[in-house]
Amino acid sequence: MNVTTNTRAQRMSFWEKLYLPEIVKGLGSTFLTMFQPDMTRQYPEVRWDPTGSYRGRPVLVEEESGERCVACGLCSRVCPALAIEVRAGETVERDKERYPALFEINMLRCIYCGYCEEVCPEEAIVMSKDYDIVFHTQEEAIFGKDRLLTPVAKLQERLEFLRMYR
Amino acid sequence: MDALQSLLDTIIHSVTLFALVKGFIILNLVLTIAAFLVYAERKISAWMQYRVGPNRVGPFGLLQPLADVIKLYTKEDIIPTNADRFYHALAPLISIAIALALFCVISPAGYITDSHGEKFYIALAPNVNVGILIILALTSLAVYGVTLAGWSSNNKYSLMGGLRSSAQMISYELSMGLALIAVLMISGSLDMNSIIASQAEGKWNIFFQPIGFIIFMVASFAETNRAPFDLPEAEPELVGGYHTEYSGMKFGLFYLAEYANIVTSSAVLTTLYLGGYDAPFAKQLLGIEDGSVLLALVQFGTFAAKVGALLFFFIWVRWTLPRFRYDQLMNLGWKVMLPVALVNILVTGGVMSVLQSFGIIK
Repeated sequence: MNVTTNTRAQRMSFWEKLYLPEIVKGLGSTFLTMFQPDMTRQYPEVRWDPTGSYRGRPVLVEEESGERCVACGLCSRVCPALAIEVRAGETVERDKERYPALFEINMLRCIYCGYCEEVCPEEAIVMSKDYDIVFHTQEEAIFGKDRLLTPVAKLQERLEFLRMYR
Repeated sequence: MDALQSLLDTIIHSVTLFALVKGFIILNLVLTIAAFLVYAERKISAWMQYRVGPNRVGPFGLLQPLADVIKLYTKEDIIPTNADRFYHALAPLISIAIALALFCVISPAGYITDSHGEKFYIALAPNVNVGILIILALTSLAVYGVTLAGWSSNNKYSLMGGLRSSAQMISYELSMGLALIAVLMISGSLDMNSIIASQAEGKWNIFFQPIGFIIFMVASFAETNRAPFDLPEAEPELVGGYHTEYSGMKFGLFYLAEYANIVTSSAVLTTLYLGGYDAPFAKQLLGIEDGSVLLALVQFGTFAAKVGALLFFFIWVRWTLPRFRYDQLMNLGWKVMLPVALVNILVTGGVMSVLQSFGIIK
């Protein structure tokens, strides 16, 4: 026995069952909406500025003395999409012994999960605010150090957010 | 002014030339309105959803219909391998041809007189004795376009869409015809111009036939396959419905036919219930005589305003109501609209016979 009683349809009043008054109510609601302000942002002209909590394109932090990264390879190890490739090199004059001779992120693979940032012991890789990442070829999608290194001044908001909430 | 009057006289005295001019104007007007209706629909739906709508092509996006047409023309015209090529190509032609042919009996304005006082009607095929029957017959034919499109595509979704729409159109044509009978009883004629004349000076049928108006309106929503009755193209169930397998300008023709049908339905509704081109008090207020070109223009403006209001209503309803389920659609058509339409005829007939016996109407 699967008899449903006292359903919404059965509890409707006569006027509700007549449809038309309810339709008129709906029409009134949509008509009034026409005169409400629009929610649309005219995107290419007006851009959205995300807050520090936004996970955009992962970038490498560059300080005045050079990049923070010590090429430990943890980010590459944790990356679920296998998007990061790190090859270590030895430094001569700096106090950090290792540096990434090659650091590549395949942006076609990156899923913006932020694990690399989370696992990084040096706070050297962080998620930036970039969200419009465009390329025309697959080769172009592999971002090397030239496009990953970002001055620390540009990433202040994210770094502050990480210090507050992580 | 004399030169203009003589030019007008030559045009309206040559039957072929007059018909050509009228046909040219009416066809282009309907097609342009249909194209811009797409723009209006996108714009109005945007406003109803806190959006802006097309605003990139031209000022306020007004050139969007043009861009759409160029896009449709330059797209590849794909015919599925297993489709019946002849009927696949024929179906959109039937749809658009019928949508436009319906306009031949609709009067967008009254008549103009030449210098001898002879009357020349503006409608393409004026004073057809069976005017309204032609419209009913042609809208029934429109089912063929949709059904053939669904069948010839050789695709189960298309076929389902086509069958649904034919079932829907046939069921709703009944209530449409019955609602119409009450109007015909009042006006006593099938001729469009006589129906409009019977509603002259503000005695519009909508005031005497509110229920008939609602029934006819709902039926015409179903006839034009518009929301809330757009089951033939319910995307979640049937992909694109009967035009799933159409692309390029063939799809464009279906699209255009859909909107041309809305224009036609609005025009028919205006003629039958909203007094057609009748502008109450226009003659007295503006002091223009019968049969002048100016009056024809005023009448055309009135007609256009009424049709425009109905077009807005069509769009408004689409973006307000959710789609009906198939069984609900059939329930509404057969169990609600048909009995109500029959009762409407009965009540109209009863009231008319009572009024006749008291000698209030002839």
